[in-house]
Amino acid sequence: MTQDSVKTSGFKVVGTRPDRPDGVDKVTGRAKFGADMYAPGMLHAAVVRSPHAHAKIVRIDTSKAEAMAEVKAVATRADFVDGLKGEDWNILENVMAGEKALYDGHAVAAVAATSALAARDAAKLVEVTYEILPHVTDVDKAMEEGAPVIREAAANHSVPDGMHANVVRFHESGHGDVEKGFAAADLVVEETFQTEATHQGYIEPHACLAQLGNDGRGEVFCCTQGHFNVQKICAKLVGTDASQMRVTASEIGGGFGGKTAVFIEPVALVLSRKSNRPVKLVMSRAEVFRATGPTSSTSMDVKIGMTKDGKITAGQGTFRLQGGAFPGAPADFTAMCAFAPYALENVHQRGYDVMTNRPKQAAYRAPGSPMGAFAVESVIDELCNQLGLDPIETRLKNASKEGTKASFGPPFARIGLVETLEAAKDHAHYAAPLGEGEGRGISCGFWFNHGGETAVSLALSEDGTAALSVGTPDIGGSRASMCQMAAEELGISYDKIRTTIADTATLGYNEVSHGSRVTYASGLATIKAARDAVEKLCGRAADRWGIDRDAVYWEDGCAKPSGSNAGDFDPLPLAELTKNMGATGGPIVGHFEATPEGAGVSFATHIVDAKVDKETGQTSVVRYTVVQDAGKAIHPTYVEGQYQGGAAQGIGWALNEEYIYGDDGRLQNSNFLDYRIPVASDLPMIDTVIVEVPNPGHPYGVRGVGETSICPPLAAIANAVSGAAGVRLTQLPMSPPRILEALDQQANG
Amino acid sequence: MVEVNLWLGLRDLADGNDKVEVDAKNIGELLSGLAAKYPRLEPVIEAGVSVAVDGRLIFNDLTEPIAEDSEVYLLQQLKGG
Repeated sequence: MTQDSVKTSGFKVVGTRPDRPDGVDKVTGRAKFGADMYAPGMLHAAVVRSPHAHAKIVRIDTSKAEAMAEVKAVATRADFVDGLKGEDWNILENVMAGEKALYDGHAVAAVAATSALAARDAAKLVEVTYEILPHVTDVDKAMEEGAPVIREAAANHSVPDGMHANVVRFHESGHGDVEKGFAAADLVVEETFQTEATHQGYIEPHACLAQLGNDGRGEVFCCTQGHFNVQKICAKLVGTDASQMRVTASEIGGGFGGKTAVFIEPVALVLSRKSNRPVKLVMSRAEVFRATGPTSSTSMDVKIGMTKDGKITAGQGTFRLQGGAFPGAPADFTAMCAFAPYALENVHQRGYDVMTNRPKQAAYRAPGSPMGAFAVESVIDELCNQLGLDPIETRLKNASKEGTKASFGPPFARIGLVETLEAAKDHAHYAAPLGEGEGRGISCGFWFNHGGETAVSLALSEDGTAALSVGTPDIGGSRASMCQMAAEELGISYDKIRTTIADTATLGYNEVSHGSRVTYASGLATIKAARDAVEKLCGRAADRWGIDRDAVYWEDGCAKPSGSNAGDFDPLPLAELTKNMGATGGPIVGHFEATPEGAGVSFATHIVDAKVDKETGQTSVVRYTVVQDAGKAIHPTYVEGQYQGGAAQGIGWALNEEYIYGDDGRLQNSNFLDYRIPVASDLPMIDTVIVEVPNPGHPYGVRGVGETSICPPLAAIANAVSGAAGVRLTQLPMSPPRILEALDQQANG
Repeated sequence: MVEVNLWLGLRDLADGNDKVEVDAKNIGELLSGLAAKYPRLEPVIEAGVSVAVDGRLIFNDLTEPIAEDSEVYLLQQLKGG
């Protein structure tokens, strides 16, 4: 795909803040989320889960459950397709255990009954005989000699000889000579960091309603970030054709990357096939914690050299990521993103993807990037402190710009890091005096963003309105921004367009709503589909006027003759052209199907003030400012919401949230009382600054904004807390016990 | 011929080179050319890679054109989150 010119001014709808089209549905309860769908004769399902972190499944006896009158089907691994390979096998193994249970909460069987209560009772009657195996849940211990092996021969070609079998992927990149760079530094700081696994914390649990006949035709209604992906995976796991599996996405009560994976839909389908009834399956909160994907936990070593005037001479990082019982921890992204904000002559990074007896990690906003930023930006902060340098000026001195050779290899195209740093420096927050016991932290962050397979359709109606169908579930307000972009192109008002998330039978394949891709890719597709429709409208006008198509152009919602030579005709509004479209050539529909490859990378700079109570170890975030490059903000309120959401989740990750495993390998805190996410009263008002450095790969300059906002918070908050406490905090979350421990260690030398 | 920069982890799979040359006019030809010239790179390419062409990150479109003087980097497969 070639790149078009970028429109940066003259917008009429883009950049305004209209009401969200899904707002009334959501506040009145009309919106249908995953668990809100019902079908005649519907059964309810419950899943039997392993209570052990690692165990051989010796026998599953379902006879007592099957003897219950209310039970209509029981499923085990034997009910799924056999012979899958590679990632398909991994997904099936996670959906339903085969020979071994690999983590506490791993599904081993499922039942469907006439009520949810009966299903839960029946699940308790499924008798599973386990042979308990040694387990490991810590990333460093999983790499040690003698650690239990989660799965033999799971490593791929990238892993060097001599590594433990639990190391399944390895990444190494960089350039220059880091030893030479360290030798040229006036100060070198080296530190080790740890972060704990955190959950995306979406409020709506995974839920679906599924039906599958013995003829292989299936229907799924589910809560997902990517129903086309659900279609593909379900078809493979139950053994039917993808086109026979129709999947409709429900409204979604939060995803943040965690609903890009498939867990329950194939289970409900198999139970439906066995019972010949529709089956609803809704996870409990404990199941969400135990058996869906949190982030990786990490262990990281970072070493950076700097001259007295703040020039970074070399950076080196080793990033070990625990990814649960399957390959896929984003160690490569951690390594590639960690030093990306800086123009370094000498940089070297390694990433290790390590398997443990935990649930398979899943994406969580910019997977891998926040942890690496925490380590690198903490060391930069320490260097600035010890050298007496301003943290923003130092980052500006080293900032990546257009043409900079990125730490991961290629030169950057047009980027906006410097603009975010300048805006942060000029913000009133940065000049405001700190209160007693407060510290201020700065951090930058980077994320790639993504394009991906995209198809949209824009159908015009006889009354001059438009129905836009997109295939990317709306996880952050995209229906509003799609309507705005279509309105901008068609020249009709925002409320004359309705955007629908179409099912898998309606559009070509659409990649999951991930990678901050929706406003970029579906937005680009919407613009192109609208232009396709406009082209057809201009053709109809040309036919009516009896002139060449080339002599007609589109402006302000009307077809117009392009000059006096074209003829003297009154403009034809859209509604005038669609009024009789059935008799002038048929329905008018604009299409776009492609894989847009111009997603611009993005950067952010955050400023945080935190106050630490040194007696209790309690931390309060007292002021927070997010500055981020959006390329072009289509609906600024939604962009600000993404900035605030990333910061809020980052605050939870930095201060409170962690998966806590007991010595038995079982998760100790699988509910929102013991796993505490921030609530409104924990947070200050989060200020936002939208920087707009246009992305040359989008017609309006859009860059994705959903993920970059969670890249800087861990580091920015750690730098603020370290400043307030007077001791460097190197382990997340910085909960009161950890802060008190750090203060005690400092006091005791 | 197009010069392709490899990430460090691939050097051992490409006879110790961190830059290699292949004859290619688009990304699909580039990847098949790399696999043919350096068979140990084949599983890496099959597992999925992305390519940067003159600073543009191409996630997975094999039809993207490449000019002879383009600055090309092979990258770990970029994905969404």
